[in-house]
Formats: sequence, structure tokens, C-alpha cells
Amino acid sequence: MTASATSAASAQDNTSAGQDKTNAAGSRGSQPPVPEGAITITVKIRRFNTEFDDEPRWESFQVPALPTDRVLNLLHHVKWYLDGTLTFRRSCAHGICGSDAMRINGVNRLACKVLVKDLLAGGGKATTITIEPIKGLPVHKDLLVDMEPFFEAFRAVKPYLINYGQEPTRERIQSAADRERFDDTTKCILCACCTTSCPVYWTEGSYFGPAAIVNAHRFIFDSRDEAAEERLDILNDVDGVWRCRTTFNCTDACPRGIQVTKAIQEVKRALLFKRV
Amino acid sequence: MASTTAPAAGATERAGDSRGGGTLYRGDLGMWSWVAHRITGVLTFFFLFAHVLDTALVRVSPNAYDKVIETYKNPIVNLFELGLVGAVLYHALNGIRVMLVDFWSKGPKYQRPMLWIILAIWVVVMIPGAYFMLERTVSNLFGGK
Repeated sequence: MTASATSAASAQDNTSAGQDKTNAAGSRGSQPPVPEGAITITVKIRRFNTEFDDEPRWESFQVPALPTDRVLNLLHHVKWYLDGTLTFRRSCAHGICGSDAMRINGVNRLACKVLVKDLLAGGGKATTITIEPIKGLPVHKDLLVDMEPFFEAFRAVKPYLINYGQEPTRERIQSAADRERFDDTTKCILCACCTTSCPVYWTEGSYFGPAAIVNAHRFIFDSRDEAAEERLDILNDVDGVWRCRTTFNCTDACPRGIQVTKAIQEVKRALLFKRV
Repeated sequence: MASTTAPAAGATERAGDSRGGGTLYRGDLGMWSWVAHRITGVLTFFFLFAHVLDTALVRVSPNAYDKVIETYKNPIVNLFELGLVGAVLYHALNGIRVMLVDFWSKGPKYQRPMLWIILAIWVVVMIPGAYFMLERTVSNLFGGK
């Protein structure tokens, strides 16, 4: 062990006496060996337990991490070894399922896609990583939010193929150029990073939000689909695309690199000029 | 490795926080341009409100109008005027940018360069603008004549 690691370990001895009870709750207890080259990072998490807390509070944890670790690893360390009561969602942990969307250092990101090395403080200063739940959705506990309003908006735009014609015996043929038109919006994993980064959505929860519009775009511009008009009608509502103020937070937040604002603008122009 | 759940630090951090809203969202450049657009828009509205009122004084009496306008001739109002020009200019330029984002198919792609361009235009216009608008006040205040 390095000198700094030992001193940190003794620091733990000093504090652990009074903290053991709270920290052992539900965690695996003994901590894993600290890997070579690990640095201690302060993970500041916005916590909220409706049973005990009147309002959300901050809690900081000291976590050893490698620069190649993901922020999700830090959360695992906290939950498994320091405080088992920490609550967050994650499923695949590889940027596909979209469960672990959270606000990391002030911006919406997937915890499994952000590396520690990209968040390190410059000039050898101690690094603090701030983690908060995504904004604009009701918090159930800690980083866990109620996704239902988000999915409700998603379902409202009819995000499935609608075709009134005769069902073909084989696949529905589409040209590469036609497929290209909505390629970008097929990448959505419904993580809610975009919708909860939108200043309009924070204050106006009835706004459909970027994710719902992205998924409407995916079918509106699909040549095999016949319900573009229906979806455009839905999004022509006051709470539809016109609520977008082009702040580009959604484009910045999307972990799949979808040009969200561009998709919203394409839907707006389809409505204005009837070009689908 | 150390599990320091600093309760004291937590308390002070909580004290500086309001409504459980957490920290400020560090949004895209486009978000800040939108915030500035809102602020300059509201400022311009308040100016127009005052402006309509003072201009309407002509209907009361030209004398009253002259009196009110006379109170405007001081350095502080001169600074306000400069601020008004700055606000209106930003609002107008960013308005063009927003329209391009809305109607030009490549607008969303070039939103950042467009913001830098309008800010550059703003600076280029404001430097001589500030010079000519403040020249008289500055020479009245500090001038040797």
C-alpha cells in the first residue's frame, strides 16, 4: 500500500467507530483491496428518503477509484461497502438499457458512460464528483425518480408502426435513403437524460419533452408508417413541439449522441410546411 | 476506502440550498443564450413600458414632457441607455439566430458558431456605440473645458 493509502486507512479508523452503525446498514461490510494507482475521490450525493427527510440533503463519501473507473463504479462502492441504503437504478451498466441517468457534476449523463478520468480536478487538487437525481421528475428515493410521467408522454405519441394497408407476406421494403431519414432517432434508449435536461420541462411538466418528440420523429419520417399526420396533430398541441425553446440542453445530454434539437426542429418544420 | 459521511459538512451544505432544487444545471451554451434572451427581453419590455408612459406625457402637456425628459439628462440614465442598446442588440441578434435554428435546416448544427458570430457582432457594434453614447457624459464629468 502507498503512504497516502495507509493514512487514509487510519483516517477511516478514526471515523469508523461512530459511523459503523449507519454505514453497515445493508452493505457488505468489509471493503475490497484498493487497487494500485487508485485515488480517493469525494462523491457528493444528493440523498432523499421520504421516510426520514423533509427535504433532500447532501452526503459525501470518500471512495477509492481508478481513472479508468466509471461513475457507476463509485456508486457501487458506496452501496456495497459504505452505505447500503443508497438507492439508484442500473441494469446493464454498459450504456444500453438507459437505467442510470443522473445529474453528474451538474449535467445529465449515464453513470455507466462517464469515466472518472474525465472528471478529475486539474492541478493535483482533490476531486469531488456531485451526483443528483435527474430534474423534473418526482424523486422516490435518493437517485431513483418516478419515470411514469416520462413514459406517459412517450406512449402518447404512438411510438409504434402504424400501417393501414395490407400486411405484406414478407418484410416491408424501404430504401437506404428513406431509412437514413430517421436513423438518428432510432438510437433512443429512453433514459430521460434529454427530457430532464430541458428547462421548459422542469417548469412545465405537461410538455411532451424531447424524448417523446424524438420517438415520434422516428415514426413520422418512416416511409413504412402511415400515421405521421396523427402524430403531427398530437405534437401540434400547446404542450407539443412549440414549447421547445432550442436551448440544446437535450442534444448535449443525450448519451447516444442523438441530435435531439435537430429532430424537434424537423418535426416543427414538417408541421409548418407539411413536408414529411 | 474511508467512509466519512461528514454530517457537519452536510448541514452547512444544506443550509445554502433552497427548495430542494439541488445545484444549477450546467446546461449547453444554447441554454445560457436563451437565459440571456429572456433577461434582455424583460429589460426591453420594462423600458418600453416607461417609454410609453413618458411619451404619453406629451398629451398631458408639452411642458410636463420636457420636465421629465430633463431629468433623464444625467450620467446614470446615460449608462441605462447604453445598457438598453446592449440588451436590444443582443435580443435582436439572438432572435435572428433562433429563427435560423428554427427555419434553416442546418441551423441546429451551427447554433454554436452562430452564437459566437452574434456575440462578435455585438462587441464590434457596442465598442463604437459605447464610445459615442458616453463621450459627452465622460467629457462633461471629467473633461477640462
